[in-house]
Amino acid sequence: MITRTIRTALQALVLAAVVAPTPLLAASEAVHIDRQKWSFAGVTGTFDKAQLQRGYQIYKEVCAVCHAMKRISFRNLAQAGGPAFPEESVKALAASFKVEDGPDDNGKMFQRPGKLADPLPSPFKNEKEARSIHNGAYPPDLSLIARARNVEYLGPWYLHPFSMVRDVVNGYQEGGADYLYALLTGYRNPPGNLKLADGMNFNAAFPGYQIAMVPPLAKDNFIKYQADAGATGSLEQNARDVTAFLSWAADPKHDERKRMGWKVLLYLLVTSVLLYFAKKRLWAKVH
Amino acid sequence: MANHESTYVPSSRFAKWMDERLPIARMMHGQFVDFPTPRNLNYLWTFGGILSFCLVVQIVTGVVLAMHFAPSANDAFDSVEHIRRDVNYGWLIRNIHAVGASMFFFAVYIHMFRGLYYGSYKAPREILWIIGVIIFLVMMATGFMGYTLVWGQMSFWGVTVITNLFSSLDGVIAGLGTKIVQWLWGGYSVSGVTLNRFYALHYLLPFVIAGLVALHIWSLHVVGQNNPTGLDIKAKADSVPMAPFAVMKDLFALSLFVLLFAWLVFYAPDWLGHADNYVEANPLATPAHIVPEWYFLPFYAILRAIPSKLGGVIAMFAAIAILVFVPWLDTSRVRSTKYRPIYRWFFWLFVISCLALGYLGAKPAEGVYVMWARVFTLYYFAHFLLVMPIVGIIETPRQLPRSITEAVLGPGGGGAKAAAAAAPEKR
Repeated sequence: MITRTIRTALQALVLAAVVAPTPLLAASEAVHIDRQKWSFAGVTGTFDKAQLQRGYQIYKEVCAVCHAMKRISFRNLAQAGGPAFPEESVKALAASFKVEDGPDDNGKMFQRPGKLADPLPSPFKNEKEARSIHNGAYPPDLSLIARARNVEYLGPWYLHPFSMVRDVVNGYQEGGADYLYALLTGYRNPPGNLKLADGMNFNAAFPGYQIAMVPPLAKDNFIKYQADAGATGSLEQNARDVTAFLSWAADPKHDERKRMGWKVLLYLLVTSVLLYFAKKRLWAKVH
Repeated sequence: MANHESTYVPSSRFAKWMDERLPIARMMHGQFVDFPTPRNLNYLWTFGGILSFCLVVQIVTGVVLAMHFAPSANDAFDSVEHIRRDVNYGWLIRNIHAVGASMFFFAVYIHMFRGLYYGSYKAPREILWIIGVIIFLVMMATGFMGYTLVWGQMSFWGVTVITNLFSSLDGVIAGLGTKIVQWLWGGYSVSGVTLNRFYALHYLLPFVIAGLVALHIWSLHVVGQNNPTGLDIKAKADSVPMAPFAVMKDLFALSLFVLLFAWLVFYAPDWLGHADNYVEANPLATPAHIVPEWYFLPFYAILRAIPSKLGGVIAMFAAIAILVFVPWLDTSRVRSTKYRPIYRWFFWLFVISCLALGYLGAKPAEGVYVMWARVFTLYYFAHFLLVMPIVGIIETPRQLPRSITEAVLGPGGGGAKAAAAAAPEKR
């Protein structure tokens, strides 16, 4: 009941924020972001290999046109716990890119085919070039974007501690993913009275609502998957898949971490129980 | 305690030979095996051991991280990512170190509130308490500098804001503050130079803490542990030997603590962190909200509650420094708040104030938040400067038990069990 009231209140707030006149829209107020269901959420979560492979396809065909991802190398794409493409196909993929190397023995830089150890190629040479291409804006590197974003708590202050406890009990660490999904699916026509700044787009999830990034995906312009990809393409499916891929890129040891975690916790739990009884028995003599 | 004799008996010829030259085993035996601990300690007393564990964990993981970390503005952030991604189990070591800092402060705050509740600062434990306050201060410095090393946006802007506080001293002597800030930074802004010196200090200070902890424990073992009744150990029946009794209890509590620790390390490593710190430091872009780590929030709230910059800085440092004077500000003859019907209410009000200040420290300094931060800051200081001296005088404490044993076993309980505790070796 309470949660429903809060949700209604929040929805009213969001609605008010979206339809409110320009002054409110100009402020960088946080907006409500819906939590999504992710395969990698919670204690038992693991990345879905097929989803990461689809996500990489979106990344490669859409995101990589403007964004770099310097902390992921080709070899990572073949690693377990990630998209885990067959190593041979990743080698071939790497070799399809030209990489500058050198200097050689004559002091000259040269071009060679990419190798597994090379980072994913950047679409620009440096920040200056990126800004000159993108009308002054700098598309951020996407290696850590899923960790570098989060969802702000918007409920009443007295429920904040409970919300925090609920999150830690559930192991909720997917705020960044929820935000990215909301952002990728958040492009709308601006409300009638809103004047967008030059080159800006309206996005319901972006703080301040005006984002320089053009809609990377659209309802009628999304990436289609191959028949055996495990899902059919749509704006939402594309957004979901690429968000999963970005979440993996920001935390490639995720699966290993959670797999080790329950073993450690089980060990500690048994130890604690044994210690409790040992302590109880020992102290029974004096208390 | 000071006159407590070690019952150490060398068990081999080598041990006997050693004992006549360097009786370290005798000392350890006397201090950590048959050392008398009050028999009525509750689980709040397990945090001393837990804190020692935290310090060891931070030092061990820290040394390993240092082997892979590159302390320069260009490489720091990348090397942390290198640790997370490429170093064998680097993600684990880094999570333990980052979460470990939070667990360390969590434990130290419980330890401090326990000391305040049971009057563990009162004579003859003043020096013990003051060393504790100094440890807390050095811990804060260490934690603050460690957070800088990550060289994310929050690291960079946090250090910029906090070091800049010293510039308020310009109001005292013109130019003094600016000089100090430049001296801290090693330049005219926070830069790789700052990072590098913070790295050196961040590696040094934990060993300073270890030395202070040794003094803390030494002092503790001279005056003996306080206990929930606040009474001194009067008879042998009031205590049990540290090993196995207190050790066993400490181990059980530590195990639960590590359970929580592990939960955070494996399932919520970023729960207490800031997303902004996964963005590399950028001197040209300021984050929307600059917020320190959670364990500094109450002091940050006090800093911002005062309308003048210099005043805020003074208040913030005073909030820590005032702890040094607590042994003399509290006028009550009774140690334990358990027997103080009036002060008990004020104690919990103080706890609520600290929590509220922590909450407000994370909020933007505007509107109603500032108003409440002022209210709770006022109480924070009033608690020490007014409540402690006045309540101690006007309050009539409740009847104290005659001894620790009586508090545990009831008035007639001095029988078999007390004897068992007095001479556990005879069971």
